[in-house]
Amino acid sequence: MTYKHVLIILMIALFSGCTTNTKDDSGSATVEDKGSASGSDTSGSGSDAGSTRTYGVGAEGDTSMTALDDPQSPLSVRIIYFDYDSSEIQSQFRDTIEAHSAFLIANPNVIVALEGHADERGSREYNLALGERRSQTVKRQMTLLGVPSSQIRATSYGEERPVSEEHDDFAWSQNRRVEIVY
Amino acid sequence: MNVVKKFVFICLMTIVTGALAEEELEIVIDKGVENSLPIVILPFGWSQAQNLPPIDMTAIIANDLARSGRFAPMSEADMPQKPTQMHDINFKDWRLLGMENLVLGNIKQNSSGDFDIEFRLIDVYKGTQITGFHIPATHAQLRRTAHQISDIIFEKLTGIRGAFNTRIAYITVKRLEEKKRLYSLQIADADGYSPQVLLESSEPLMSPSWSPDGKSLAYVSFEKRSSAIYVQDILSGQRRRVASSPGINSAPAWSPDGSRLALTLSKSGDPEIYILHLSSNSLQQVTHNRAIDTEPSWSPDGNKLVFTSDRGGGPQVYELSLRGKQVKRLTFNGPYHARPRYSPDGKKIVMIHGEKKRYRIAILDLENSYLNVLTDSRLDESPSFSPNGSMIIYATTVYRGTELAAVAADGSVHQRLALQDGEVREPAWGPFPGK
Repeated sequence: MTYKHVLIILMIALFSGCTTNTKDDSGSATVEDKGSASGSDTSGSGSDAGSTRTYGVGAEGDTSMTALDDPQSPLSVRIIYFDYDSSEIQSQFRDTIEAHSAFLIANPNVIVALEGHADERGSREYNLALGERRSQTVKRQMTLLGVPSSQIRATSYGEERPVSEEHDDFAWSQNRRVEIVY
Repeated sequence: MNVVKKFVFICLMTIVTGALAEEELEIVIDKGVENSLPIVILPFGWSQAQNLPPIDMTAIIANDLARSGRFAPMSEADMPQKPTQMHDINFKDWRLLGMENLVLGNIKQNSSGDFDIEFRLIDVYKGTQITGFHIPATHAQLRRTAHQISDIIFEKLTGIRGAFNTRIAYITVKRLEEKKRLYSLQIADADGYSPQVLLESSEPLMSPSWSPDGKSLAYVSFEKRSSAIYVQDILSGQRRRVASSPGINSAPAWSPDGSRLALTLSKSGDPEIYILHLSSNSLQQVTHNRAIDTEPSWSPDGNKLVFTSDRGGGPQVYELSLRGKQVKRLTFNGPYHARPRYSPDGKKIVMIHGEKKRYRIAILDLENSYLNVLTDSRLDESPSFSPNGSMIIYATTVYRGTELAAVAADGSVHQRLALQDGEVREPAWGPFPGK
C-alpha cells in the first residue's frame, strides 16, 4: 500500500511539475472468472482486476529532459541479453548498466522495473526463477554502482513473454533478456 | 529411446469422428504398439428408428481404448455382423477373426427424456458375458457414461483401474492483435472434449495444479503484473489469492491430503520452497539454499518433496525428506533435469530430460535409478501422470506452436492432442472422480 502511495505522490509531482516525458504505462490486466457449472461470472474474493501501476519518467530539469528519449544516449539501450542458463552480465552491457545507474542516481524520484525473461527451453517454473535471477543480477550491479534498491523493482516473466515466437537459436538469444522499463 | 524404435507405425489413424467444435482438442494417434489387444466395440443399438442416437457411444469407447495403447478396436467397416443382442452374436465368425473380446450395447430413451445405457463385455472364445451394466444418464451425462464404460472394460481386461472418466486442466494462449494475448485456464475431459474456461486474462497464467479432491485448482497469475498464486473453486469460480509476496510466487503443488500447498517464493532473495497451510495461512520454509529451488511435487504418502534445484550448477532433480530434512540428488545422467512429478504409486518420477539441445520427457525408476526417455521430440515439457499411472500427458512445441501430447508410461504409444486454434500448454491430469 505504501508503495502505491509513493507512486501516487510521485505521479502528482510529475504532472504538476513537468510537462514532458511522462510515459503512462498503465498495467491494467483484464481478468475474467468463470464458474464451470453455472457459467455465471462469479468474481471471487481475489478478483481485484484492473490495478493500474504507473511508472514516472522523472521530473528532471529542462536540460536533461530528453536523456531517456535521445537515441544517441546510452540510455536508449533498454535490453540486456544473456547466455543460455546464465545470469552473468556480458561485458558489452556494462556501459548500459552504468548509464542507467547514473541516470537513476541523478533522478532519485524515478523508479525502474527490471523484467527478467528466459527462452522457452526446459521447464517454465525453472525459467521463471532464471528470469528473476537475471533481473536480480542487474539490480545488484546497479546498487553496487550506488542506486538505492528502493528505486529498482526486479521481476520475472520467465518464458511467458517472448519477444520472438520462433523456435530457433536466434529467437532464443532474443528472448533471454532483462528489459529496463521506465 | 530404444523403445521408440520398437514402434510399428500403424498409419496415421485419426479416430475422432464427426466435426469438432472449435477450440476442442483433437486426438490423433500416430504411433501404436504391436501387442495391443484386439477388441470389437459394436455399434450400440438405439431405440428410435426415426432419430439419430444422441451420441456415438461406440466411437468414444473405441477412442478411449485405442488411446491407452493396450487395445486395437476393430473398425466398423471390417465387422462381419453388428448384433445388438447377445443371442444374435455369431461367435464362430469373431473367433475366426481372432477377436477375443466384444462389447455390445443399447441406448434407450425413457418417457422423461433421459437415457438408459446397457452394455455387455463378452468373452468371444468362451461365448460368455464377462460383465454387464445398466447405467441411467441424462443427455449431459452421456459422454461421461461412455468413459465409465471404457473404464469398466479397461479394468476388467487389464486389471488396472481405468482413467478415462477424468479431466485435464491446461493453459491456452491466443494471439490477438499486435502483441496482445488472451490466456485462459481451461478444463476438459481426459480425451480433450467438453472444454470449459475457468479464467481468462490478458496477462500470463501458469502452473495449474489440481486439489486431490478434484474440486479446486491452484495456479499462477500475472494479472497484477507480477506472479501471484490463486486457489479457485471449479464449480463456483470463487477464488482466493494465497500468495503474493515480493518476488516470484509460483509452482503450487497440493499435498495429498489437500491441506497444504508446496510453493516457490523468492521473498528471501532467491527462490525457496515453502509449505503453505491453507486453513491457517501459515508458511513453513523447507529449502535453504542460495541456488534456485522450485517446482515441488509431493510423494503420494506426503512424506517427501521432489523438486528442481541448480545448487550443483545446472538444474537437477532433488528429493527432500520432510521429516529428516535430508536432501538427496536423484538425477546425474545429463546436464538438465527439471519439473519432476511422482507417479501415483510413488515409485517413479517423470521429468524433463535435456541434453544436446533437446528437451524430452523421461521417467526415473527410483528402485534401480534407470532413466527411460519416453519421447523423441525437441521441446517437450510439463509432464503429468494419469491418476492410474498408465499414461503421461505433456506439452510439446512443434513448428506450428505448442500442443498437448500423451505417451504411455512404458513409452509404447504416443498420441497428439491438437488444438484447432492457438497454443495449449501445461496440462495437468486431474484425480479419479469422487475421490
